Amino acid sequence: MSPPHEGATPQEGTGAAGGEDRAVMSRRSADIAVSIALLGLAALLGWDNWRTGISWASDGPRPGYFPFYLSVILAAASLYGLVKALLEHAAARDAFVTRAQLGRVMQVFVPTLLFCLLTQWLGIYVASFLLVAGFMWRVGRIALWKSLLTSFIFALSMFITFQIVFDVIMPKGPLEALLGY
Amino acid sequence: MEAFGLLLHGFQVLLTFKILALMLVGLVLGVFVGVLPGLGGPNGVAILLPLTFTMDPTSAIVMLSCIYWGALFGGAITSILFNIPGEAWSVATTFDGHPMAQQGRAAEALTAAFTSSFIGSLVAVLLITFLAPGIASFALRFGPPEFFAVYLLTFCSFVGLGKEDKHKTLISMCLGLLLAGVGMDTISGQLRMTFGWSELFRGINFLVAVIGLFGISEILLTMEERLALRGHAARISLRVVLQVWRELPRYWVTLLRSSAIGCWLGITPGGAIAASFMGYNLAKRFARDKESFGKGRIEGVFAPETAAHASGTAALLPMLALGIPGSGTAAILLGGLMVWGLNPGPLLFVEHKDFVWGLIASMYLGNVVGLVIVLSTVPLFTAVLRVPFAAIAPMIIVSCAIGAYAIQNAMFDIWLMLLFGIVGYVFKKISIPLAPFTLALVLGSRAEDAFRLSMIGAGGDVRVFWSNGLVGSITTLALVLLFWPLLSILAARLRRMPASIRPAG
Repeated sequence: MSPPHEGATPQEGTGAAGGEDRAVMSRRSADIAVSIALLGLAALLGWDNWRTGISWASDGPRPGYFPFYLSVILAAASLYGLVKALLEHAAARDAFVTRAQLGRVMQVFVPTLLFCLLTQWLGIYVASFLLVAGFMWRVGRIALWKSLLTSFIFALSMFITFQIVFDVIMPKGPLEALLGY
Repeated sequence: MEAFGLLLHGFQVLLTFKILALMLVGLVLGVFVGVLPGLGGPNGVAILLPLTFTMDPTSAIVMLSCIYWGALFGGAITSILFNIPGEAWSVATTFDGHPMAQQGRAAEALTAAFTSSFIGSLVAVLLITFLAPGIASFALRFGPPEFFAVYLLTFCSFVGLGKEDKHKTLISMCLGLLLAGVGMDTISGQLRMTFGWSELFRGINFLVAVIGLFGISEILLTMEERLALRGHAARISLRVVLQVWRELPRYWVTLLRSSAIGCWLGITPGGAIAASFMGYNLAKRFARDKESFGKGRIEGVFAPETAAHASGTAALLPMLALGIPGSGTAAILLGGLMVWGLNPGPLLFVEHKDFVWGLIASMYLGNVVGLVIVLSTVPLFTAVLRVPFAAIAPMIIVSCAIGAYAIQNAMFDIWLMLLFGIVGYVFKKISIPLAPFTLALVLGSRAEDAFRLSMIGAGGDVRVFWSNGLVGSITTLALVLLFWPLLSILAARLRRMPASIRPAG
């Protein structure tokens, strides 16, 4: 059995929820950042649709027509959101995410990311075994044997459900190949 | 009485051992999904959808809708015992449900919640049974302009009637419509917005987006809040059930009012949350002693639960009759229909009688069986909540990934799911609503096709949307709803004018 794969839990679960929990980002900054990103996206998609053709052909609108005007509306709405966020009073700036919160979110996000990466090489069943066991052991502080046993039963039952009973195709890796599936 | 005969036929379709077993499995899974923190109706249905890919459509929809009923029942358990609403529409249930549990009347509150959910659903199912076939046969006469007008009405009512910031609803909706257009254009066959990236040729699958937006983002949010689960134990005895049921007739006005509110708001999109609060507030307003609300009054459980479930069920009416989902979960069921190779819309009632009436019959049966299951097994499901979140969270993530992959057998979709998980997390935190996005993504290409086909038919003349009384009134209604906030401000100002003149004069 290989050890659990996430060594990147950025903060311990015991991080203080109390007084000195500073905001990493204010809600206003998040609003601004999202508005700018959406503006960019709208511009990109609008440009692509303009290239496809936004005019009216003899038989009705060309393929780019409908999405082009949607990107214009999207851009307008994001611009409105951007201006509104910029004009917002300083007093209304509550936290978008605090340091402790971000830590906890990362505790689940980073393992998920690793799980997706591992699925590509090891197949989904082995990767899910590693994810469940690792998460229970490292983040949940559950005894190692309990974590390993639970996740083994989970991965096996997933394999039986999808591979054998419902016959749904899943990404598989070297272990499944070894077992002849 | 044609509907009655067809309904009986539906029950016949249902009464096979396989479908009944699937129903039971669906209900139990659904209650689990409803009870687990960070999951709920739409997430559960989206995650469990791949299980149904190899089934025939009727078995599949029966199982999925049972998951949905189960989740609706399950949401009440956590609201009452743990003060954690499993769904946004269970929030109003906590107002009086949790105080009841604190007073040791948990069993009573749960029985009240389950029973009123059952009544709410039943009223809505009756409505569907007798109204949906009529609406569908009426809609058979619809051409592309009429359909586009109905889609427009759906979108506009979201923007105009939604409680969120208008520009945020608009952003969410445009984004959904745009992403629906990615990939091959169905009319000209041209590729759009793919930037030469072959993974995008297939388009962005609706279900992949939903699993990310609801499933993954919910896990991130739950982790962030670090829920500490501390609840009240409950065991429902037959004596309590009978006692609550005996009291039931006294509250018939509340039950009826909440059912009506729920049915009405369920048919118009995005209604279940509004319905539950409205049901609660109206019950409070009409009560003689308003002070006792919020302190553990059984009526405060009856009112929101009935309304929420009536609305959750009624949301399936426009989905079945017109192919337009009334809620997020209905949108996912609609996505399922397409995966199973059915074309949602009024033709379903003609071409797939077994399917439609099987589904409607399963709503009756599923609610009865569901009521029995939840009443008898509450202790079992509350035990689920003692399983540490650290064990449940990764398992949910794995289920999400399996679901996302199974739809098109593409690794790319797992990455897309993760991306949508982040988007959903950020959007929820800055309160950009996700429901319009879901709706727009599932309806986007159909709305665009309807628009372009009507344009082709009319030779590019926009007046086609006012070409006859029907399409004209729908389009006008849509525009009125879109500008409703502006119109209501204007109306208020007009009304205030004489009022401001009067004191002077």
